[in-house]
Amino acid sequence: MTRFNAFALLKNALNGHKGWTEQWPDSQPKKEYDVIIVGAGGHGLGAAYYLAKQHGITNVAVIDKGWLGGGNTGRNTTIIRSNYLYDESARLFDHAVDLWENLSQELNYNVMYSRRGVLMLAHNVHDVQSFTRHIHANRLNGVDNRWLTPQECKDYCPPLNISANARYPVMGGALQERAGTARHDAVAWGYARGAAERGVDIIQNCAVTAIRRNADGSVAGVETAKGFIKAKKVAVSAAGHTSTVMQTADVRLPLESYPLQALVSEPVKPIFPCVVMSNAVHAYISQSDKGELVIGSGTDQYTSYSQRGGLPLIEHTVAAITEVFPIFNRMRMLRKWGGIVDVTPDRSAIISKTPVQGLYVNCGWGTGGFKATPGAAHTFAWTVAKDEPHPINAPFTMERFRTGRLIDEAAAAAVAH
Amino acid sequence: MLLIHCPHCEETLPEAEFAYAGQAHIVRPADPMSQTDEQWEEFLFIRENAKGAHYERWRHLHGCGRFFNAVRDTVSDRFLTTYPSGTPRPDLSTLTEGKA
Ligand SMILES: Cc1cc2nc3c(=O)[nH]c(=O)nc-3n(C[C@H](O)[C@H](O)[C@H](O)COP(=O)(O)OP(=O)(O)OC[C@H]3O[C@@H](n4cnc5c(N)ncnc54)[C@H](O)[C@@H]3O)c2cc1C
Ligand SMILES: [Zn+2]
Repeated sequence: MTRFNAFALLKNALNGHKGWTEQWPDSQPKKEYDVIIVGAGGHGLGAAYYLAKQHGITNVAVIDKGWLGGGNTGRNTTIIRSNYLYDESARLFDHAVDLWENLSQELNYNVMYSRRGVLMLAHNVHDVQSFTRHIHANRLNGVDNRWLTPQECKDYCPPLNISANARYPVMGGALQERAGTARHDAVAWGYARGAAERGVDIIQNCAVTAIRRNADGSVAGVETAKGFIKAKKVAVSAAGHTSTVMQTADVRLPLESYPLQALVSEPVKPIFPCVVMSNAVHAYISQSDKGELVIGSGTDQYTSYSQRGGLPLIEHTVAAITEVFPIFNRMRMLRKWGGIVDVTPDRSAIISKTPVQGLYVNCGWGTGGFKATPGAAHTFAWTVAKDEPHPINAPFTMERFRTGRLIDEAAAAAVAH
Repeated sequence: MLLIHCPHCEETLPEAEFAYAGQAHIVRPADPMSQTDEQWEEFLFIRENAKGAHYERWRHLHGCGRFFNAVRDTVSDRFLTTYPSGTPRPDLSTLTEGKA
């Protein structure tokens, strides 16, 4: 495998770029693995990478029903931030941001992590009070977040309309400067390449149809479109399809799958320097390096696996954006799409052992798990390798829905990307 | 835009008039004090999340305001039937796409 550096780029530029080798082989399943990971999104591929790199477990397969990164990893709007309210969440997401900062170097793959700042707008007294509370809680947890006046918001994000007679006047904002965006595909590709380099098999276009168990209840392996594959451990990281996979092992989870949509405009010259979210008008926006405005909001109201979503939501989203940024009301939208997100009752993820020996699950990331990718993958790999929680994911077990010890980010934030 | 048939109004109307209200036929325990933690977990948090036919509640929010039940295929989003709350689950094998 070629390492990417300036020298390799120069060499290949001179020979017409014919010298690049494939980044990972398209593997066929072996009979048996130490660990099978179901789902080749950023979380699953990342977990394989850390299993190989940090725990020396390399007899690993990552299996996906489609192409790698074709799930929510390749469909999301790439907002990365860690200013969550509760201590448990702050620790998990800040751990992820710590890993983001160095991920391109770690993977020798440019994931284009850009600390362009995420600004959350306050439009009413309630917003001001709750954001101020967030800022204090964040700072106590060592997570950066600070208050900006309306003028400071405008200075940070010039396209913003701060006029006092706007339909939703800007009363200030909470800014996390360390937050930003990254290139979603590159995250999946970088982890895939790093994992494959260490011996992990990546098997695409091969749906896992059931988890099979031994007579003693423990995991035996998985049934797939390409036949039965034996495994000592099975780790499920299948986002919106987690319920359907886990059901086959008789594990029922507190998940509901909803369509979440996003859309992009035609590409334009750089105009939008950061990410802006507004919970009150319920939409968020940034500009990709290609120049498209990337826009999203909340899920559709009904559960679905259709990976499409309805137009009323798009109408609502665009209306909200043009309300806050009248400057964009003549922009043409290029395309929209949907992903299926797995939502928990408290809107926090589950990274957990299960009642089935040898079966692990990383799910419930809902509308906001891209930002967690390195942190979730890293701690999930630990849990799978050691059969115990990492201190950071210990509170995120599935038992919390029985004990009542929820991590209630649902109550803490309205739009959670 | 989904088109939804309200069994009270006997009219098929756009989704914008309706609010989704989660899985149907979840029965509140008659004797809450006797419930175990497992039963509370099941009642409060565990959902079918079915891929395929899904029994669910809707409310005709901007119409008659009443709740009703529906069976919808969560892969195609097509409604198989809608029926008043309190009536038993319809037999799936008799349903085809349409209003009831
Ligand atoms: C429109 C949209 C916008 C979003 N915006 C943001 C954002 O701005 N910031 C943020 O942090 N998060 C965001 N998210 C959420 C984020 O995308 C997800 O939480 C995250 O990418 C989940 O990663 P994953 O690897 O777990 O899942 P995925 O990338 O979905 O990977 C799961 C994989 O499992 C595979 N799979 C499923 N079932 C099976 C099976 N039976 N057999 C084999 N393989 C199977 C799927 O094909 C898929 O590739 C957004 C999501 C969407 C849809
Ligand atoms: Zn009605």
